[in-house]
Amino acid sequence: MAVDRTFRICPQTGLAYHRSAEQLMKAHAVAGVVALLVGGVLALFVALTRWPAVHMLPADRFYQALTAHGIDMLIFWIIFFEIAVLYFTSSTLLRARLASPRVGWAGFALMVIGALITNWAILRGKSSVMMTSYVPMPAEPSFYLGLILFAVGALIGCFIFLATLVIARYERTYEGSIPLVTFGALTACIIAILTIANGAIILIPTWLWSLGYISNIDPLMYRVVWWALGHPSQQINVSAHVAVWYAIAAIVFGAKPMSEKVSRMAFLLYILFLQLASAHHLLVDPGVSAEWKMFNTSYAMYLAVLASMIHGLTVPGSIEVAQRRKGYTKGLFEWLRKAPWGNPVFSGMFISLVVFGFLGGISGVVMGTEQINIIIHNTIYVPGHFHATVATGTTLAFMALTYFLIPTLFRRELIMQGLAKWQPYIFGISMAVLSLFMMGAGTLGVARRHWDMAFAGNPLGFEYPTTAYLMMGLVGIAGVGAVIGGAAYILITVGSILFGRKLPAGEITTQPEPVRAPVSEALEGHGGGVGVLEARGTFALAMLLLVSFVIYYFINWKYLASVWGLS
Amino acid sequence: MSAILPPAQRLWWKEPVERIEIVWIVLAFVWCLILTFMMPYWHVFGKQNLSNEAYRTTPQAFAAKAQAVVDKWKVREVGGVPVVRPPAGADIYLVGRLWQWWPAYELKKGESYRLHLSSLDWQHGFSLQPVNINTQVLPGYEMVITITPNEAGEYTIVCNEYCGIGHHNMLGKIFVVD
Ligand code: HEM
Ligand SMILES: [Cu+2]
Ligand SMILES: [Cu+2]
Repeated sequence: MAVDRTFRICPQTGLAYHRSAEQLMKAHAVAGVVALLVGGVLALFVALTRWPAVHMLPADRFYQALTAHGIDMLIFWIIFFEIAVLYFTSSTLLRARLASPRVGWAGFALMVIGALITNWAILRGKSSVMMTSYVPMPAEPSFYLGLILFAVGALIGCFIFLATLVIARYERTYEGSIPLVTFGALTACIIAILTIANGAIILIPTWLWSLGYISNIDPLMYRVVWWALGHPSQQINVSAHVAVWYAIAAIVFGAKPMSEKVSRMAFLLYILFLQLASAHHLLVDPGVSAEWKMFNTSYAMYLAVLASMIHGLTVPGSIEVAQRRKGYTKGLFEWLRKAPWGNPVFSGMFISLVVFGFLGGISGVVMGTEQINIIIHNTIYVPGHFHATVATGTTLAFMALTYFLIPTLFRRELIMQGLAKWQPYIFGISMAVLSLFMMGAGTLGVARRHWDMAFAGNPLGFEYPTTAYLMMGLVGIAGVGAVIGGAAYILITVGSILFGRKLPAGEITTQPEPVRAPVSEALEGHGGGVGVLEARGTFALAMLLLVSFVIYYFINWKYLASVWGLS
Repeated sequence: MSAILPPAQRLWWKEPVERIEIVWIVLAFVWCLILTFMMPYWHVFGKQNLSNEAYRTTPQAFAAKAQAVVDKWKVREVGGVPVVRPPAGADIYLVGRLWQWWPAYELKKGESYRLHLSSLDWQHGFSLQPVNINTQVLPGYEMVITITPNEAGEYTIVCNEYCGIGHHNMLGKIFVVD
């Protein structure tokens, strides 16, 4: 079996695509988009049911749709796309051949089969247990089996990524250290491997339990281990989409990291300080001590939060520096005003960054505070938070990257460019509004995963304030907007792949030039060091974030102080 | 295009760090320390902390304790559920089960009670409205929280952990009187 060593040099970008890797990346991206389509249709039903005036689905269908929405979006869409990102950042960015593409296809097949099995199990109607599948509420064995197969497939993808890095080093396909973006992807990959190990520890026994081979699974133990899967996997998403932010900043602006050392350290902090991140899902659980909660929820000293705050400065900071070099130097924000807001690759990335930081980041730390969690746990505030982080932050970053990949990887011209210009705004702004009002309704006590906030016909029921109803109505409306934005993305990408004008393949070679930084850059460096890079605008934005953060954090303590005494 | 290329300076780890980055890291780190400090601070000075008190239990044992409280102090019924008026400081038991919180309580404002929570079947979520106090309720675990109602009124316990098809109808009551 001969090893495929042919590369295609993309004529527009100069990127070198290993032919076998190219097919795999396309397959994963397409499978991800299919999952997004399914999850998006379900999102519409879910949002329309939570909109009190519409209340579309009956209860059983709602819980079924919500289970599938969570899994298709958070697990299948995100992870399929992430494997494509792993292959891109290893094989393509390092100009290396992908390790064992055949095994890669086997992994892909497992992921597809797993996704189909789990969806099929949910469709049958006896596995409406939500993605968390908390024991002892049982799902059908096939529900867990599908997830396990999918995870094994994803694990294979992770190992292929690592093996590709080894090949790249061995065959000297690049000079110096791996690029920052690849480093970020490596972070994501390492966390993914740890996470999937935790997943195996909990899902395999649960599967055996559903088959009757194990008599009992302790619900607290389940929650501890499940969240050691569930939370760190969000750190995979963060690492992956931060890597995509850096990549887009580089692609669109030619931006370089302000300092490699700081950005890489920040990625490293993600790995070092998330081991027991599951803690902040257990802040109001019985049998977990306050000391354990405090230590683990803050990852000792919130160093993973620190890492995200660093990226929040360095990504836009690198853009500002690049823009100022081009002469956009007026005032604090000319660099931002003159950014290509009509280019969905940029606008998608930037909206992703802002929504992730301001809405997702702040709310996450607030609700992850040991005591504040008491007034937030399991309210619809929680989905509000993660629709800002992963459903907007990660998803929109991946959408933005797709607009770059369609011409270079799929070799098609983008169709409906007018719509593409608007798509990140429609999706991003609607999702931000959706998140915001979910958080608002959660603050008023509205429960998540709940079919009827009116408790119709129940003698013990009560009335939420009208503001809560209003907010859930706005959640419904924003949800429709977000689904339209998501549909536009699918229409444009699938339409372009099928009907877009074909672009030239470019030259085929078996000996691509090794990747290296251009000599001019090496000479010019940073221009010599400290304090030379100007990023005042970014710093102002960062301060705005910090001030909002501080105010909102203490507002929540004040709110907490007003509730019943608890000890 | 340097974030997608190897670092321009081969010895990138020896490059000096930008001043603006250092300033931001210091500010962010100080903020992280404050975030960390607030939690133990609230344990000492705050009035809303969950206790560490929890026991292993069984559905039978826990249901029996709740039944005993009902037998002793039941005063009336609401929607078919007994309402229990315990003396201040008493140990009171709240059962979560498909799909009901049982029994209901009548408490006095400003007094403290030791509330024991457990589930007889699946996981449930204790969500007291409209004050919005939320905790997780697990089968096999008995959590004890000392509660001190600070305002009179009718409070509803909503279930906010998904527990099957009747989840949205799983409610309970706590009345607080002056
Ligand atoms: C396309 C627009 C979207 C809309 C309108 C939407 C809307 C919603 C709503 C209303 C809920 C239900 C909250 C509840 O009752 O608890 C929900 C849950 C959820 N959504 Fe979305 N969503 C969208 C996109 C996404 C995306 C892109 C992701 C992930 C990447 C995502 C992940 C989830 C998850 C994990 C849940 C929780 C399911 C559970 O509680 O088990 N959603 N979504
Ligand atoms: Cu319940
Ligand atoms: Cu429930």
